[in-house]
Amino acid sequence: MDLTNIYASLPADLVATFSMVLVALVALALVVWDAFRNNAPGIPWAGVVALGVAIVWELFALGDAPGTAWYGMVRTGGFAAFVNIVVLIGALLSIILSVPYLREIRHAHGEVYAIILFATVGMMLLGTANNLVAVFVGLETMSISLYILTGLVREDEGATESALKYFLLGAFSTGFFLYGIALLYGATGTMDLARMSEGLAAGENLVMFWAGVGLLLVGFLFKVSAAPFHMWTPDVYQGAPTTLTAYMSTATKAATFASLILVLYAALPPERWTMVLAVIAVLTMVVGNVLAIAQQNVKRMLAYSSIAHAGYVLVGLAAGTPAGYAGALFYLLVYSIMNIGAFGVMALLEWDGKEGQTQTLNSLAGIGPRKPLLGATMVVFMFALVGFPPLGGFWGKVAVFAPAVEAGLTWLVIVGVLASAVSAYYYLRVLYVFWMRSPEDEPEAAAVQDRVFAVPVTSAAVLIVCVVLLLYFGVRPGGILETTASFFAGPGASMALLP
Amino acid sequence: MEITLNWYLSLSAVLFVIGVLGVLMRRNAIVILMSVELMLNAVNLTLVALSQAMGDVAGQILVFFVMAVAAAEAAIGLAIIIALFRKKVTVDVNEFHLFKY
Amino acid sequence: MDAALLVQLILLLPLAGAVFNGILPLFLPALRTREPLIGAVATAVVAIPFVLVLILFLGYEPGQPVIVDFFPWIVAGDLEVHFAYRIDELSLVMGLIVTGVGALIHLYAVGYMHGDSGFWRFFAYLNLFIFAMLNLVLGDNMVVLFLGWEGVGVCSYLLIGFWYTNLKNSAAANKAFIVNRIGDFAFLVAMFLLFRELGGLDFTTITEGGGAIPEATLNWIVLLLFIGATGKSAQIPLFVWLPDAMAGPTPVSALIHAATMVTSGLYLLARLSPVVLAAPDIMVVIAVVAALTAIMAASIAIAQNDIKKVLAYSTVSQLGYMFMAAGVGAFFVAIFHVMTHAFFKACLFLGSGSVIHAMHHVEHEVEHKTGKHIDPQDMRTMGGLKKYMPATSRTYFIAMLAIAGIPPLAGFFSKDEILFKAFEYGYDGHAYAWFVWIVGLLTAVLTAFYMARSYYLTFEGEERWPLADQVHPHESPWTMTVPLWVLAGLSVVGGFLGLPGVIAHGEWNLIHHWLGEPYGGPVAEPVLAPHGEGFLAIEWGLILLGAGIAFAGWLFARAKYRTDGLAYDAHLRAKLGGLYRAWEGKYYWDELYDRLVVRPLMRFSERGLAAFDRYVVDGAVNGVAALTAGISRGLRYMQTGIVQNYALAIVFGALLVISLILFA
Repeated sequence: MDLTNIYASLPADLVATFSMVLVALVALALVVWDAFRNNAPGIPWAGVVALGVAIVWELFALGDAPGTAWYGMVRTGGFAAFVNIVVLIGALLSIILSVPYLREIRHAHGEVYAIILFATVGMMLLGTANNLVAVFVGLETMSISLYILTGLVREDEGATESALKYFLLGAFSTGFFLYGIALLYGATGTMDLARMSEGLAAGENLVMFWAGVGLLLVGFLFKVSAAPFHMWTPDVYQGAPTTLTAYMSTATKAATFASLILVLYAALPPERWTMVLAVIAVLTMVVGNVLAIAQQNVKRMLAYSSIAHAGYVLVGLAAGTPAGYAGALFYLLVYSIMNIGAFGVMALLEWDGKEGQTQTLNSLAGIGPRKPLLGATMVVFMFALVGFPPLGGFWGKVAVFAPAVEAGLTWLVIVGVLASAVSAYYYLRVLYVFWMRSPEDEPEAAAVQDRVFAVPVTSAAVLIVCVVLLLYFGVRPGGILETTASFFAGPGASMALLP
Repeated sequence: MEITLNWYLSLSAVLFVIGVLGVLMRRNAIVILMSVELMLNAVNLTLVALSQAMGDVAGQILVFFVMAVAAAEAAIGLAIIIALFRKKVTVDVNEFHLFKY
Repeated sequence: MDAALLVQLILLLPLAGAVFNGILPLFLPALRTREPLIGAVATAVVAIPFVLVLILFLGYEPGQPVIVDFFPWIVAGDLEVHFAYRIDELSLVMGLIVTGVGALIHLYAVGYMHGDSGFWRFFAYLNLFIFAMLNLVLGDNMVVLFLGWEGVGVCSYLLIGFWYTNLKNSAAANKAFIVNRIGDFAFLVAMFLLFRELGGLDFTTITEGGGAIPEATLNWIVLLLFIGATGKSAQIPLFVWLPDAMAGPTPVSALIHAATMVTSGLYLLARLSPVVLAAPDIMVVIAVVAALTAIMAASIAIAQNDIKKVLAYSTVSQLGYMFMAAGVGAFFVAIFHVMTHAFFKACLFLGSGSVIHAMHHVEHEVEHKTGKHIDPQDMRTMGGLKKYMPATSRTYFIAMLAIAGIPPLAGFFSKDEILFKAFEYGYDGHAYAWFVWIVGLLTAVLTAFYMARSYYLTFEGEERWPLADQVHPHESPWTMTVPLWVLAGLSVVGGFLGLPGVIAHGEWNLIHHWLGEPYGGPVAEPVLAPHGEGFLAIEWGLILLGAGIAFAGWLFARAKYRTDGLAYDAHLRAKLGGLYRAWEGKYYWDELYDRLVVRPLMRFSERGLAAFDRYVVDGAVNGVAALTAGISRGLRYMQTGIVQNYALAIVFGALLVISLILFA
């Protein structure tokens, strides 16, 4: 490396990763702003503007050819832009939902939004990293920010317990993840994802390599809450502030899955890991869907549901084909929208003053007619999560299941379809309780529903945007599927990255 | 007897397993945190040894990042533990099971 | 204007109307009672598309279909389905009927549904129906058509059961839905076969490649399509739902169950006419089934006393006429009859609605004064309404003459053309067409007779409701009478679009020139041998025969029913005995189905299947459900809440992953 002119590529790199740099700088600025004007009401909106600008910027980059920036550390181009857009949309919608919500639970600190932005930067780095060092740094930036957000309500025992569980298990899994990186490094002699298969061919450390892959997978699977690494998920999602759960359950998964796709697609020969992912996918879909049935708390039910959805995405990955990866990316986009919508509705239906940790589904009996907007949008979100046509969720499932069938994993898809048939039970039960019961049927419901707070205009707008997007994905999935497929259409197996 | 790369790798593997066992067996949240740090440092040892053996600097760079991350994690972790201690006056992780099933 | 934009507006306006009327009032209860606003919006979102279709119609270059392809919808392997719409002669005619008649009926319904608590819901469904129906007639491939096909089915279900608090209405809605499912299943199978044979589902592919399909497969496809059509268009054996569907509000009967939805089966056959023509054996089936349907329904209509039931069976019978035309290859005539039928049958239904509206008032008064209950739809308690309802009686009279086939009203031309085509096809050597022709003639007499009967029983003679000297019905408001007059006017002039061949050698048959394949249109027709000398005289003879039959039926009924209708009904019952009772009993179709299908199924399920069901199926289903719930309850205790147990699970998971990778 020529060390005399290491800044020559700086301007180009700054432009290529403009959105990430912008969000990071704005996050820092928000910290300073909050230091001078504590909890200034403009802070979240400055974050929203930054995220909006970043989204627009990335929309224009969707058609770019793949490339790298920062000395091969970060990927640029269409794939990176798509992942960034999913993460940024998740952050944007969650921040807008959080503003009234955090005010209601009396934790509207300015730092919260800075930390959300830091987590977003971490996710963007993770989702676009082309080097294991960057993967690690991105993953940790994201995780550490999320630990803080989980324990935001530190007076509350439940929230703090959630944070502790998340933190201890997260750090624990990071150990495995890091060990995996070290072993891969030892086996291939490089941290660069694109050069890894090359390095493997040169060396002979196959056991070390595959052990490293296994440990790396443990780290990834923990973050996407795949079974049996999922156990933290319900406890954490139930205890964390609801709008931040919405953020955690969507953008995190999108970024982590994107990184996993990059690692699988760019670095690893597929013959060994398809079976692992298939087995994990079965476990995840079964555990998520079956355990969701018995839940009384909607947030906890949605946590198990998000485990199940991670399983569906894993089906697409297990296919190990470009179509499977493209389908998984599409699924992540759709899943983010519908899950944020569902958590957004639940955030607006809280009455227990404990971030919804203790309230049961039955206490919301007959809430639909009383809060028609929330009730009606919840209908769309639940049907989308079940995977009913013509909503986005249906095409998402088609996009991950069809490539798996083509790859010969029909048994896996059958399990997936059966599991999602089970899911109809618990999703539609929410609608049943919302719309077809009346508060008089439930002794607790009549007393508490008046404590639900009014629906702010901004939150209503977010929910309506989510509904519109889901309808759009349902009616016009074609263009987006073509876009995601184009990321994997380059010549050769490594996304046309190697020079 | 020559100290080869395998010695380093074996030592760090043993350290890593000790860290894992510590996380699984100790009840004190702070000791669990220390066990996690032990796992990270075991990996650091692996990275440095591999880096040295292959004459490649990337492993050592990652070690610096790991140290920074470990420091940040310790800060967050201790803060969470203190917050919980204020509520429950204990740091025994078996006492924290508000959420289950 | 740009065709794509126009099509977008035509489709999206009714949908927007449905959203406005159906969703906004959910949130704004105050809006639910704003009838003028809801009515105006609902009518405008159908009337404006009518104008837009008219613009497309006027700007259309004959023979050059415009395909508006919005975007690819389903792309999976070889299957490529686009959200595409086709503007051609056929879809324009259907689009004009749907939006034009639809707008009039919307206007009418504003008056008819006044004061109903579900006013907003009603118009939301009605707008949604128009949206679905437009998808059906404008779609450029079988999938979009099917989307509309199912959509109109759902709307029909919702509207038949609109007054769902009455169990009878819900049962009628369910019956319609279930019977239609049978037809839809056949339609789907036909669609799959078409895709397998042709690799595409757009109409260009199907009509151009359809003839090349092997004969056996093609016969199956056409037969299945026809079975699909028998469901939606109420032919034997699936017509039983339509009379029950009269449980819905009368504007629904007029719009969906007379003018538009029930003709979609005809549209389907006309759209795929080149394929149907390639399966002559199945055309025989179509023609015979249609002829039997026509005469069966016409004879049932004679013995009905419920005014809407008369019209319902009349609709089944007229649909039979249309399928007769399709069965002898005269698809364009079928569409011609679809159009004229839409005019006069909508007028008749709306007229009956106006009568029922008035009789409701009488019913309330009578019940208030005497406590006696009368049925507002029963013609036996009507009579003499002409005096009180001048506009309704006059328009009903005109439409009655039109459907009876009195020249020069619309029904005369279209019905005569169907009979002529049947005759011509028989003359050309297809013996079955003679059968169709003769049955068609008989049906024509019956039609003129029972329609005149319904008019005279309702509007003339003595006033037969209790307290007739004290309680008087009233004419309906203008929102209801204006559509009646417009439709009556169309029933008068509509026939001139298809003047018969004896006039100017068929050069003035505008509908033939517009739709027919020989003139560049999309509707195919069989090639017939040239007629010999003297055929012109035969044609004139047939026209006179048709007109004479119509006059005979009408005047006979006039003589018998004008003064004392009920007496002649009693006379008929005594004279015809078992036959008349069979008519009254609707040939016992419902009982037949009950005996052959419903009850055996029930008995089989009660006796044979019950044990199996209780112990095996129930056991399995409940067992699986209980097992899942049990597993769920059991498994959740693995989630102990203790963080170290979770860590242990991670370690085991890591071991699982690594061993799977290393030893796979």
